[in-house]
Amino acid sequence: MKTEPPFVALVGNPNSGKTTLFNALTGLRQKVGNYPGVTVEWKEGILYSQHGHPIRILDLPGSYSLNARSPDEQILVEALLGRIDVLPEPTAVICCVDASNLERNLYMATQVIELGLPTVVALNMMDVAERRGMRIDVERLQKRLGVPVVPCEAARGKGVMEVRLALSQHPLPVPELDMEKPPLVEEAIEDLVPLFEHRKTLDSVLAHGEARLLLSCDEDPGLGQSVWQQIRDWQKRFDVEIPGWRSEWITHRYAWIGDVMRECVKRYNPEKTSVTERVDRILLHPFIGFPVLAFVMGVLFYSIFTLAVPFMDALDGLIAWLGNGAGNLLPDGQLKNLVVDGIFGGVGGVVIFLPQILFLFFFIALLESTGYMARAAFLLDRMMSKVGLHGRSFIPLLSSYACAVPGIMATRTIESPKERIVTILVAPFMTCSARLPVYLVMIAAMLPDGPGHALKKSLILLLLYFLGTFVALGFAWVFRKTLLKGPSPSTIMELPSYRLPRWDSVFHEMIDRAWTFLKRAGTVIFALSIVLWFLMNYPLLEDRSEFEAPVQEVVVETVTEVDSQLEYSFAGRLGKVLEPAFSPLGYDWQITVGILSSFAAREVFVSTMAIIYRVDDEADDSIVDAFRSAQRDDHSPLFTPLTCLSVLMFFVFALQCVSTVAIVRRETRSWHWPIFQFVYMFAFAWLMAFLVFQGGRLLGFS
Amino acid sequence: MKLKDMEPGQRGIVKEFTGGEGDRLRLMEMGLLPGTEIRFVRRAPLGDPLEVEVRGFHLSLRSSEAARIGISVV
Repeated sequence: MKTEPPFVALVGNPNSGKTTLFNALTGLRQKVGNYPGVTVEWKEGILYSQHGHPIRILDLPGSYSLNARSPDEQILVEALLGRIDVLPEPTAVICCVDASNLERNLYMATQVIELGLPTVVALNMMDVAERRGMRIDVERLQKRLGVPVVPCEAARGKGVMEVRLALSQHPLPVPELDMEKPPLVEEAIEDLVPLFEHRKTLDSVLAHGEARLLLSCDEDPGLGQSVWQQIRDWQKRFDVEIPGWRSEWITHRYAWIGDVMRECVKRYNPEKTSVTERVDRILLHPFIGFPVLAFVMGVLFYSIFTLAVPFMDALDGLIAWLGNGAGNLLPDGQLKNLVVDGIFGGVGGVVIFLPQILFLFFFIALLESTGYMARAAFLLDRMMSKVGLHGRSFIPLLSSYACAVPGIMATRTIESPKERIVTILVAPFMTCSARLPVYLVMIAAMLPDGPGHALKKSLILLLLYFLGTFVALGFAWVFRKTLLKGPSPSTIMELPSYRLPRWDSVFHEMIDRAWTFLKRAGTVIFALSIVLWFLMNYPLLEDRSEFEAPVQEVVVETVTEVDSQLEYSFAGRLGKVLEPAFSPLGYDWQITVGILSSFAAREVFVSTMAIIYRVDDEADDSIVDAFRSAQRDDHSPLFTPLTCLSVLMFFVFALQCVSTVAIVRRETRSWHWPIFQFVYMFAFAWLMAFLVFQGGRLLGFS
Repeated sequence: MKLKDMEPGQRGIVKEFTGGEGDRLRLMEMGLLPGTEIRFVRRAPLGDPLEVEVRGFHLSLRSSEAARIGISVV
């Protein structure tokens, strides 16, 4: 008979080395899962027991407590309670504990043990604890916690085997934590237990554990109205009978932990100044701190915009080669056009950013794993607080310089929902790399070639970056004052000890996130490329009988023909219909088509314009030349400096990226925010382009 | 005195939390309870947030939160 493999949840404080332990336990047998309709992703892996039986391990988000305050923590509690539909109820828990930070780590560990699931405590970072002069009596700790405690150093692979052995016991022992319950809790639990006996495992220990955990919850972890109401009733009774009961429970737990610490931990060799502290004296120094941060960010940007370029070129070549190869295999016709122009052209436009995204994620993972990311947030918190955000919003905003999609994914570490939404709402203003092709081409079209203009061009580019950032922070401030008003919420953050990077974890992280980006963005772009290709190529011009009519002027023939196909297509017709809406910005129907198509992704603007102007070679030079020679119907030049500037303004501010809209929809679990975001950014972009174009005309520019 | 008024290097014992609920529970869950000894490590270069050492790890919090924590200096 085939039985379900055991399902083990891996939990622990942030920075406890949980993910390193997960990687060490599962090797490469991992996959990323996600909960339909919910923001948070998790990693799952397979571990083989001593007897070779598979055990599923779920790596859950790190937290300091089981009282959920962020979406990540909410998932943690729901998964532990077996309330996530697509996951089985956990049969056991591994609780990863940082031995060098034992006192605080035991807080959540005891909450987890109290749940009643068989638990193995992995006492990680024993080496660090020893260096700090702590000697931990594992035997005694095990006795007090009432669960197996396995000392280990996951980063070196030490103790990993022992964790595996501890999990291989059958049956796993039921925890026996010797902690007294606070007053009134016993009575409340007995009252609530019947509500939880529906669980598949139907174990009264678990029902007791669940009831106890839920009594201290502030938010409903998916229980349903009536059950949650009963818990609220008890909480109200506590409010009356034991004022300040929440703090009292925390104090009670720490009192017990203090007792355990005295009993199980011997400190020898009083602590000298730690390495972390000495490093922080430099990295957080009043004068040196910011230059160091600027240097780190400089290196990051340099690598994104310089080191990534050869890889992007190579990838571009590869995609073109594959496209050609596929084109050669297919007979001429619409199918070939679809594959070569629509699919390879469209998807390639997104995939090309992969090297930049890999570099960005590599740096983010590196800075996170060494502990510097928290310092960056510490340094920048004051600045971010001016616009009502947390130092942590800095990381998602920074990521958005490469691409808003991973940036928005990175907002999950922000606890407060309001700050998180504000960060999501303004992230797409940060100049992502998809804007670069448009910026570069438009700037080149605006300014003549020549050595004297190189500096001017870079200056304009810098200005565009600055403009996006400035407006992002401005809107953040406005939103925090109006729509998402509220007191400045939790800014409490741990500054973890510095560590040498774990290269395998850094690479793992980088690959994981990049893959998620590819899947999310790739599928949307894939579908849109096809739609867009269809809109621009259908209905077919050949279908028209007039096409057979003799053409009088041979000279204009090619131009007319090309224009007609696009004009005749759905996209062209839409461009014409919408032209009046964009003409105040100085755009004709062709630019309007370019703008419309770039709603899929900004860089599509360049390729669409290339199609419109029939540029065979997609090299920047030829596109720029085509732009310069493009004319309006009255033969006046189309891309005057003013029009170029107006187009640039539009691209700085408008949310032209379906992938971003899709990710915001996922991350906020609603259509409400992505639609709002799209509309306000579009309106602002239109307004700015309008002001620049009309203002410029009034001032006599052309 | 309040936590926010401490000087780098000073040690103290958390006496009480004043003012509203705020992040009191989160701080307590992370080990900053009345009776806990803390060490004020530094202010960020721009003056805010603050860094304190509590129970052997480093915690950063804003002055506005630190203004609600009473300390008796030791």
